[in-house]
Amino acid sequence: MKQRLVVIGNGMAGARTVEEILARGGDFEITMFGDEPYGNYNRIMLSNVLAGVEDESGIFLNDLSWYADNGITLHTGTRIERIDRAARVVHAADGSTTPYDKLIIATGSRAFVPPIPGIHRPGRGYHQGVFAFRTLDDTRAMIRYAKEHERAVVIGGGLLGLEAARGLQNHLSHVTLVHAAGHLMNTQLNEVAGATLKATIEQRLGIEVVVDGMTTEILGKHAVTGVKLGDGRVIPCDVVVVAAGIRANSEMAAESGLAVDRGIVVDDQMRVEDDIYAVGECAQHRGEVYGLVAPLWDQAKVLADHLTGVNPYAEYQGSRIATKLKVAGVDVAAMGLKEPEHEDDESLTFTEPRKGVYKHVIIRDGRLVGATLVGDVRKYAFLMQAFDRGLALPEERAELMFDLGGPAGEVPVADMADDDQVCNCNGVSKGAICSTVQSGCRTVSGVMDKTRAGKGCGTCKPLVQRIVEWAAGGEVEEDPAASYYVPGVPMPKSELMNAIRLHELRSVSAVFAKLGGQEDAKSKMGLASLLKMMWGGDYVDERDARFINDRVHANIQRDGTFSVVPQMKGGVTTPAQLKRIAEVAEKHDVPMVKLTGGQRIDLLGVPKERLPEIWADLDMPSGWAYGKSFRTVKTCVGSDYCRFGVGDSTALGIALEERYQGVEGPGKMKLAVTGCPRNCAEAYVKDLGVVAIDGGKWEIYVGGAAGAHVRKGDLLTTVGSAAEVITLTGRFLEYYRQNANWLERTYAFVPRVGIDRVREVVVDDKDGIAADLDAAMDATVSTYRDPWKDRDEPATPGQFRTSLPLTVLPQVPVRA
Amino acid sequence: MTALGSIHDIPLGEGRTYAVDGRMVAVFRLRDGSLRATQAVCPHKGGPLADGQIDLRQVLCPMHLNAWDLTTGCSLSGQQDLTTYPVRLDDDQILLGE
Ligand SMILES: Cc1cc2nc3c(=O)[nH]c(=O)nc-3n(C[C@H](O)[C@H](O)[C@H](O)COP(=O)(O)OP(=O)(O)OC[C@H]3O[C@@H](n4cnc5c(N)ncnc54)[C@H](O)[C@@H]3O)c2cc1C
Ligand code: HEM
Ligand code: SF4
Ligand code: SF4
Ligand code: FES
Repeated sequence: MKQRLVVIGNGMAGARTVEEILARGGDFEITMFGDEPYGNYNRIMLSNVLAGVEDESGIFLNDLSWYADNGITLHTGTRIERIDRAARVVHAADGSTTPYDKLIIATGSRAFVPPIPGIHRPGRGYHQGVFAFRTLDDTRAMIRYAKEHERAVVIGGGLLGLEAARGLQNHLSHVTLVHAAGHLMNTQLNEVAGATLKATIEQRLGIEVVVDGMTTEILGKHAVTGVKLGDGRVIPCDVVVVAAGIRANSEMAAESGLAVDRGIVVDDQMRVEDDIYAVGECAQHRGEVYGLVAPLWDQAKVLADHLTGVNPYAEYQGSRIATKLKVAGVDVAAMGLKEPEHEDDESLTFTEPRKGVYKHVIIRDGRLVGATLVGDVRKYAFLMQAFDRGLALPEERAELMFDLGGPAGEVPVADMADDDQVCNCNGVSKGAICSTVQSGCRTVSGVMDKTRAGKGCGTCKPLVQRIVEWAAGGEVEEDPAASYYVPGVPMPKSELMNAIRLHELRSVSAVFAKLGGQEDAKSKMGLASLLKMMWGGDYVDERDARFINDRVHANIQRDGTFSVVPQMKGGVTTPAQLKRIAEVAEKHDVPMVKLTGGQRIDLLGVPKERLPEIWADLDMPSGWAYGKSFRTVKTCVGSDYCRFGVGDSTALGIALEERYQGVEGPGKMKLAVTGCPRNCAEAYVKDLGVVAIDGGKWEIYVGGAAGAHVRKGDLLTTVGSAAEVITLTGRFLEYYRQNANWLERTYAFVPRVGIDRVREVVVDDKDGIAADLDAAMDATVSTYRDPWKDRDEPATPGQFRTSLPLTVLPQVPVRA
Repeated sequence: MTALGSIHDIPLGEGRTYAVDGRMVAVFRLRDGSLRATQAVCPHKGGPLADGQIDLRQVLCPMHLNAWDLTTGCSLSGQQDLTTYPVRLDDDQILLGE
């Protein structure tokens, strides 16, 4: 017979634990009791329901059919009054008894209502107009009442009180927050942070805040008419919301003879005693009673591991918690300490009162032990990760507080409103994504499946990813598909390369046949690039695996024409070359001639069918301005002409381009060589940048970028000769080619691997593979052939046939 | 029905554009040897679909990589659907239309 599992409490912890048990294939006959008349809903979202940004129906996590489908007997609206441990049964308020083999108590907590005279009415519970804020019923009643009244007082200036105050503003005109302590959110924030928050709440939201305000009485005969404070002040109001804290629902357990302190006392397996367990806010673990959901997810996992036997020794070690205020327009996040405790604790503070910004981090022994962010929480996910996992912190401590050289122009997720549309194809808002994450879905692809966000054009995917990361507070779970090199073959790059080698797969179709099962258009280009790198001359080139740019060696433009960029090594040209380009442009009526950012000349608007002819007339090598490949080496004039120059940057640039021209890889490779640290060639922000310094030396920087993402490269090493620069450049590029993910530029690759590791391999040869890398690069370089030479015979029938002969295209204006 | 020419004009796994009665039609030769025909101009922003990459199911426009089902013309990425045309092979001749 199946073991009978009884769960008391059908809230977030109870239902989550059952989900985790089911996910592990746990085989129990499950019965759940819930005091509330509903299936399991997302309590966190009550703040949003009150604020009117979320619909009631949107907060349910498991509807009744979920219980039925999983064979769970659910008794809603049924309170358990006593556990008979000897008889192993639970007694419900309706008189029924239910036997158990294993029992989970997940009764959560309730609002703490301080003993303020007038808060209750004889014989009727709360005074009319007084509300707690814990359940859906509380929220509904509050909304109904508030809509018909004018002025509210919220007692309690913690997270819940602030969210209640903000939510109430949606329903009535005047809200005052009365807080007994000296500053808001005093559990999480220090005094300055609390004061900054107070100013923002008052100025931006128009909520009046009273601190040091002891409520001594609730006034009003039949209904509430005001609250009286300790200093005698009276604040007139007709609604009072009590948000003065929570208390664990542990009385039932205590009366049943279980060990209860501030909560039901559990061990590291969440066990109260044999066969009886407690999870969630009702549980006290190692002296801690939590009031947030994150710890309860961890507890649910441990308990499920233990109960199902998946890992009987799973241990809950406690959680490091971080809090975040869910009030639109007021950003507050806090974790760990709020003030330094030891003499040698390092602490950094940034304040900008005019903008309501306060940031404070506390570091002990090089690890983050506390952080407070008010008014600007962009670094929350990053700090949360550092805090939670005890990561090493950036040497540049300011990076803990600011994005230095981070992606420019992106709207920080924190600054987006909940109803901001993220996925314009499927109409999904930021709020919808966040609530999906809060309901426990923590992979990017899982959230995309559930909400359809990012399933349209896909352009919003990076944003969806950032929102999921933000909402999960840095706890995004790895999505296996995210590690695949290409979507159509379920393997990370190294595994894929091994398989390709093992089965000697030399063509894209062979890879699909052996490893992917099915041909996948979205994977072809990445595979083509990888195979070409791996097999060089032995690669079986299937032209359909190439992207159009690589089929015709030119970059497709918005109107279906192409751009032609001849090679101009190091950005150095000659009068003869310029004349030739001018003649070709005239002869073929090239609509636009433009200087590129890579120091070359671009002929734009060339129809596909004219490409071979133009190449022939130019008789110059391809500049590879179209491929996921080595592009250009930008140079400054350097020591030959520049009066500051300390190295011959043009000569080195030309040499580099000469050698590595057209080398293909997982992403573009843009280089630069500059003749002195004035950096006229912008070498600090290139995939690989070389800077001449005094004494005939060269610094090599890698992983820089100055596109949509701006990043200064990391110094790889400093060498004494141009020859060494050339060798190390090849070795670094080969290392990148072999190890970077498809379309992962060096600005992502280098930080992912870590510059120290890159240096170990490329410069210090710790792994002993430097010679192999050099040999692989040599092989690529020696088989290089200029693609523009292949112009006499098309490689495939109709290679240069236009794909748009007759249509009116979006016209690109011609400049005189 | 219109004969568009030899199948050998289209490399395996690629597409080519044909003008048929003033309409622009992209014909694709799938790697299993079968043919598909769709409107040639991408409904998104006018990209040349025949320059796109395909597999047995879909075509990706080279411009912004939107995807369409080659058989039904249905968009797989929230764009307008494509018009598709019947197309078949007679010996090595591509025949478009019923
Ligand atoms: C408005 C609001 C906003 C919040 N916002 C956040 C937030 O932003 N972030 C965050 O981390 N946390 C937030 N929380 C806290 C979070 O909701 C709780 O941590 C979480 O719900 C605790 O889960 P639980 O299962 O332990 O308790 P609950 O979710 O309260 O579930 C307990 C259930 O057990 C039932 N029950 C109790 N006793 C019995 C009995 N004897 N018999 C039968 N059933 C019983 C109760 O009716 C209840 O349904 C918020 C809470 C509220 C109220
Ligand atoms: C949901 C749980 C609660 C219910 C249903 C409840 C119900 C009541 C009722 C019916 C009364 C009126 C008794 C009377 O005057 O004849 C009362 C009064 C009172 N309760 Fe509660 N109560 C609850 C929780 C609490 C808590 C948690 C506290 C404090 C820790 C508290 C403190 C008081 C005080 C101080 C009074 C006297 C108030 C006065 O004279 O106006 N109550 N309560
Ligand atoms: S980087 Fe230095 S050497 Fe090069 S042009 Fe600028 S100032 Fe001159
Ligand atoms: S910056 Fe934008 S518009 Fe300009 S060339 Fe680059 S992609 Fe095109
Ligand atoms: S033009 Fe085809 S996807 Fe944009």
